[in-house]
Amino acid sequence: MSTISLHDTHNHDNHDDHGHHKETFLTKYVFSQDHKMIAKQFLITGIIMAVIAMGLSILFRLQLAWPDKDFPILETFLGKWAEGGRIKPDFYLALVTIHGTIMVFFVLTAGLSGTFSNLLIPLQIGARDMASPFLNMLSYWFFFAACVIMMSSFFIQTGPASAGWTVYPPLSALPTAISGSGLGMTLWLISMVLFVASSLMGGINYVSTILNMRTKGMDLWKMPLTIWAFFLTAILGVLSFPVLVAGVVLLIFDRSFGTSFYLSDIVMGTQILPNEGGSPILWQHLFWFLGHPEVYIVIMPAMGLSSEIMSVNARKPIFGYHAMIYSLIGITILSFIVWGHHMFVTGMNPLLGGVFMITTLIIAVPSAVKTFNWLATLWRGNIRFTPAMLFAIGMVSFFISGGLTGIFLGNASLDINLHDTYFVVAHFHLVMGSAAIFGMLAGVYHYFPKMFGRLMSSKLGYLHFWITFACAYLVFFPLHFLGLDGVPRRYYAFTEFEFMQKWVTVNILVTWAAIIAALAQVAFLFNFFYSIFKGKVSSQNPWGANTLEWTTPVERIHGNWPGEIPTVYRWPYDYSKPGADADFIPQTVPFSQTMGSNMPHDFEGNTESERIQREWEEANPSSDASK
Amino acid sequence: MSLRKFISNKSIAALAVIMTAFANTSAFAQAAVAETAKKPVDMGPVYKSAIFYALAFLLLCLFIAIIGKALKVYELTREAQDKPKGINWNTVNAVLFALFLIVGLYGVYWEYTVHGNMILPEAASEHGKKIDQMFNITLILTTIVFIATHILLFGFAYYYKYTNKRKAYYYPHNNTIERVWTIVPALVLTVLVLMGFLTWRSIFYKIEDPNNKPISIEVTSSQFAWAIRYAGADGVVGTKNFKLINSINALGIDFKDKNTLDDQSADEMVIPVNKPVRLILNSKDVIHSFFMPHFRVQLNTVPGMTSYFEFTPTITTEEMKAKTNDPTFKYLFLCNKICGDGHYKMQKEVKVVSIAEYEAWLKEQPTYLTDDLRKEFNLPVTPVAPAPVDAVADTAAVKTNQLALKN
Repeated sequence: MSTISLHDTHNHDNHDDHGHHKETFLTKYVFSQDHKMIAKQFLITGIIMAVIAMGLSILFRLQLAWPDKDFPILETFLGKWAEGGRIKPDFYLALVTIHGTIMVFFVLTAGLSGTFSNLLIPLQIGARDMASPFLNMLSYWFFFAACVIMMSSFFIQTGPASAGWTVYPPLSALPTAISGSGLGMTLWLISMVLFVASSLMGGINYVSTILNMRTKGMDLWKMPLTIWAFFLTAILGVLSFPVLVAGVVLLIFDRSFGTSFYLSDIVMGTQILPNEGGSPILWQHLFWFLGHPEVYIVIMPAMGLSSEIMSVNARKPIFGYHAMIYSLIGITILSFIVWGHHMFVTGMNPLLGGVFMITTLIIAVPSAVKTFNWLATLWRGNIRFTPAMLFAIGMVSFFISGGLTGIFLGNASLDINLHDTYFVVAHFHLVMGSAAIFGMLAGVYHYFPKMFGRLMSSKLGYLHFWITFACAYLVFFPLHFLGLDGVPRRYYAFTEFEFMQKWVTVNILVTWAAIIAALAQVAFLFNFFYSIFKGKVSSQNPWGANTLEWTTPVERIHGNWPGEIPTVYRWPYDYSKPGADADFIPQTVPFSQTMGSNMPHDFEGNTESERIQREWEEANPSSDASK
Repeated sequence: MSLRKFISNKSIAALAVIMTAFANTSAFAQAAVAETAKKPVDMGPVYKSAIFYALAFLLLCLFIAIIGKALKVYELTREAQDKPKGINWNTVNAVLFALFLIVGLYGVYWEYTVHGNMILPEAASEHGKKIDQMFNITLILTTIVFIATHILLFGFAYYYKYTNKRKAYYYPHNNTIERVWTIVPALVLTVLVLMGFLTWRSIFYKIEDPNNKPISIEVTSSQFAWAIRYAGADGVVGTKNFKLINSINALGIDFKDKNTLDDQSADEMVIPVNKPVRLILNSKDVIHSFFMPHFRVQLNTVPGMTSYFEFTPTITTEEMKAKTNDPTFKYLFLCNKICGDGHYKMQKEVKVVSIAEYEAWLKEQPTYLTDDLRKEFNLPVTPVAPAPVDAVADTAAVKTNQLALKN
């Protein structure tokens, strides 16, 4: 074994594009400006945050399943928040709040976009690195600081923020309303500002890299769907995240400087607050103006990764490449004008409710197109079930299941009774939770060789997939029915209401499924960390894929390609093309080398090429017949 | 071959570990059993049982690792003997997808029939019937799509599993098909949007029938209680101002407004069947949500903003008891927006009764205006004719009750 995964062997002779300087541990692993290392930093931080958030979810699942039972061991770890082994109501709310915040922002935004945009954008468009490697490094360290600050709120007297991940004021604005709205909320707000700064630096970098640094021949319509997804995700983030900062700043002012942006006519107990003229609804508009694009920021990279992985492993071009891109663009644009569907029952003018219902249900059309295109990609494919492929298929399944329930919730009239019930919980955990996580895991299994030069064990991958897939459905499918019975989310216990008591047994099933799913992640964690050091050494193109990243050496050198950056001649999905020798033709192969498999549409109306092709076909009639 | 040696070394090591682990866990298990029998107060047994579960999990991991190693040995020996691969994982996964489809379809059927029977009974309000109808249409459509797409997804996964005998079909696009599956969902969604839009408008834009004027009921939420105010004889809920809130005027009612003088307080919501009810919703402290699941009514209560919801109950509590075959059945409303520690126990009962019963009940309810409040607002302290002394006492009782709830 000549390659040691974390020690890149530098080939000075071929590395003529970059001025070289000696790398220390600090510049290589900590303050690295290499996009591949930053991607790994994002991924590992994301995985750690995901494990923490999953742990938090198990804690509140325990409370929901056994509201009357003591777990003395909890007191050992949580102290006064679980006195006598029972989680307290305010800590329960803190758990759901931090679980939501970490999962949505830290895992599925930074962990997913941050990892794969950083890793794949330069590699797949043929660039040496990001447009601004320094900004890229800063982006990670802002993210890391945000993580640390968010987690530090577990170590303060009043506990972490606990007004729900949407932190609606006045609950989040008044420390007297709930203890988590004290210092914990301040930390939450600081953490979010840092996070948004990180996400903006990342997003600007991704957009400028994609627009300016594509290699020769890589026009926009030859980019892999992953890049399209990251590109549109970054645009969404750049346009919507600043609005959250605006909202957060106003909330900080309300909390600390006595302004009344969100507060009006409030009496806590008998204490009359002086605030007048503000509106709590304003926060909701600002929050969801980010919040809704945010769910597409979460799901679009997963869509891009799954599209790519499904095409590679079905050995078949993605069906309707252009339709896939147009539907992504459609989702991007529409996602800005649907935020009001989170607010149908806030008391917002009902006229707005009607308008937002229309835009919301329109967004289902591009989503449906994507789903059908994925199905058509699998049809008559020759499917290899790598773990990545399993997770990609799982992603499609969750996207369908969760997406369909969105049609209920997007309908303002139906939302009256479903709003804030477990139906919503089930819906978004399937469509953006599970689907996005599966997209991310598919990406991890698929691109592991590109990150670490080694392969993950596929058998452990199978085990991981099947347990997680089955358990995710066991967890989230029954929750729909709780919602249909009118059981509200964020309830500490179902014991106070007679009609909810029948659901406690279902909660036990759900909690057990969640515990098993959590334990199954050990298979992944072991596989991931073990394979970094001891995994089977990968070949240069282990999956037989067409995209540019697999033309780089396994050693993952700084600057990506030892010599010149390859030129791109064709789209990335020429799999199983009739007349070709292999079942894949990398993007770097010119049409002149594949005369037998060229098709009229390959030339995009270039008459000169078409003439050459015609002449060749006349000269070689046999190969034409074989088509 | 060094690899084989490596495996055998590993297996021996693994075996040693498993032996010690097993010995330990059984020892711990015995210890745990012995300890729990004594019911001690110290944390010893708790730690031990935690360690026990941790070890049990480690044992499971070890078991999986051994299976993994065995599979590897098996595959390597097949390879060494130049035989075809022992286990075709593509087939295994494809078959698992097929199985998942079958089991999953049964699971969905089971969920729909078992858990589907545990959901809310039919809507007990006029607009609720429309919502339920639309829910059912949406449910049928989405279930068809859900089942069909999953049969295709897992079916394709099963049928088109890898084989070296076949090449995938190069089929990059087909504009006709793509147009079809853009237009068809668009049409279906248009129908759903239209239905939803019209229903939504019919719920929130009501034309008042002069012969059947709605009853006004004000609901004010606070951490963690609800206050209900009936309009009284004039049919108008009087104004209030949060600055007037104090220990005797919990809602801050402005008694300078004549409309407030006859406003009544109630401990539960009693409403007459088939008569429109206009809810006036607001909040004293944080955002809460007024949620009445059986009536398909929900609207957030927002401090500083008043919102309205009008609905007509159609089924009395007694009728619903008969329909659900549940003698303990009761309507209620609850809080459905995170509002603090006590969020999970904010509820009040709702009774739907005949108009005669409603009127009789309403007469019993005390007015908000008490003698103390009269003094505060410089109103003449005169015993009102229909409200004798005991009614005033009642009011006081309600007040203390509300204060008690708040504390």
